[in-house]
Amino acid sequence: MSERSLMKGNEALAEAAMRAGCKCFFGYPITPQTEISAYLAKKMSANGGLFLQAESEIAAINMVLGAASTGTRCMTSSSSPGISLKSEGISYIAASDLPCVIINVQRGGPGLGGIQPSQADYWQATKGLGHGDFHILVYAPASVQEMVDMAVNAFDKADQYRMPAMILADGLLGQMMEPVTFPEIKPMEYDKSWAASGHKNKREHNIINSLFLTPEVLENSVIERFERYRKIEETETDAEIYLCNDADIVVCAFGATARVAKSAVNLARGKGIKAGLFRPKTLWPFPVNELKDAVKTAKKILSVEMNMGQMIDDIKLATECKIPVSFFGRTGGVIPKPMEILDKIVDLGGDI
Amino acid sequence: MDLSEIKKINIITGHYGCGKTNFAVNLALRLSDEAKKVSVVDLDIVNPYFRSADFKELFNRNNIQLAASVYANTNLDIPAITFDIERLSREDGYLIIDVGGDEAGAVALGRYKEIFKTLGDGNIQMLYVINSYRYLLKDPKDCVSLMREIESVSRLKCTALVNNSNLGTETTLKTVSDSLDYADKVSKLTGLSIKFTCVPEGKTLGINGEFPVKRYVKALWE
Repeated sequence: MSERSLMKGNEALAEAAMRAGCKCFFGYPITPQTEISAYLAKKMSANGGLFLQAESEIAAINMVLGAASTGTRCMTSSSSPGISLKSEGISYIAASDLPCVIINVQRGGPGLGGIQPSQADYWQATKGLGHGDFHILVYAPASVQEMVDMAVNAFDKADQYRMPAMILADGLLGQMMEPVTFPEIKPMEYDKSWAASGHKNKREHNIINSLFLTPEVLENSVIERFERYRKIEETETDAEIYLCNDADIVVCAFGATARVAKSAVNLARGKGIKAGLFRPKTLWPFPVNELKDAVKTAKKILSVEMNMGQMIDDIKLATECKIPVSFFGRTGGVIPKPMEILDKIVDLGGDI
Repeated sequence: MDLSEIKKINIITGHYGCGKTNFAVNLALRLSDEAKKVSVVDLDIVNPYFRSADFKELFNRNNIQLAASVYANTNLDIPAITFDIERLSREDGYLIIDVGGDEAGAVALGRYKEIFKTLGDGNIQMLYVINSYRYLLKDPKDCVSLMREIESVSRLKCTALVNNSNLGTETTLKTVSDSLDYADKVSKLTGLSIKFTCVPEGKTLGINGEFPVKRYVKALWE
């Protein structure tokens, strides 16, 4: 068996990024993602990479824009308010068709909010991380091991589709310790002939740009990008489906909340309630077909989130509003407890 | 438990994530089981998560006094100490000081060097907690370097080791027995004895200094 190590979520993510070939990190400190920067500050240069603490989040994301333009695997990480600051740069990166990885270890919001865990950036990540018509890939890990696996995958998918990929973690995952194993990472080769990495007078120079002088040209570039998005929606979805085969109530939860929800589902099964868990691992693209499969026998759906119910609309759209969706959530940095979720499941189970 | 292994003041240091807090909580409960007066000081000024202050209610139920920043577990992420270690160190009973991780966390200790000095070496010990499964310290030499950094900023010397090698929820007796060689190496390199070897509660390796621990630092879903 491969060697097990005990690691903090943030550390594991940083180590996984280096192993995935990330050569540049640009960031600005913020709790609760600090260990990512601290880890890379210690290890990145010994690993042949660059760690740079920028003067601000805005500077950091624009450094990512520059490094990504050269085809170098690069990354930035922050937490909720810091991600908002990066949003203009992320839009530029998406518009320039550049790959990069962005980590958001979410904390309570809105505003400066607080430093305790939250999932209140779901809408921001999946619907509008910046101005203009664009999407980014959004992965939602639920364990320290998934922080590792998804970070590696995010770099590959970002390169494959030439677009930003986000790991949408939260303060709980970032701070908790769990055993992990690092997978054998097979370096994949991607076409980087688009990169502005020096032409040595041997080819036409490449231009990385997000400004268009002619509306029709801009329109065409957006339409072409959306054709790519449609393909991603068909092929890149992923979800965990747990005890849903015969479920009357399917609990939908992502990230750390899904761990709490799973305990509640197990407790409900112990009471004879047919509960199951659906956990989207990709938030964009949302696993529509997987959810349709999971709720085949369900009479009710319960969305459990560390926010005010931001995933409900995606669940309703995926299930074409055919099954009623209830909600239980805590927000502001409060983590739901298994018993609270169980109470809600029992309430819903009463009239089935 | 052999109480002679416990001093009036017990300072718990180590790498973050090695299990200092879990060890401190177990030690405090063991002492209170023996009807001893115990105080736990949460001196973690570095990390606002997973700390001794999380166990306020457990300590209350067991008559263990907790000294922690009034800002612990709030949204105020500031390195503040709002209690008086000098006074606590002069009270009756045992004092367990749970220090923040790494050399950054140990900075807060340096402030108390003079106070500790007046109590005499016989009344004080600084335990360096090690975990062979922590990714950054898998080489015993790195484990020793960190100990030296902690000693340097805290202006205190570690007096013994605690082998708390664990893999969280996956910890078995084999997890611990596989770590004995690592602990020996750290012991040889530092010249410090291994005062305790933590084993899961209810299990035994039959070695000296076994210290059964229960996992109190847990995720919410467990």
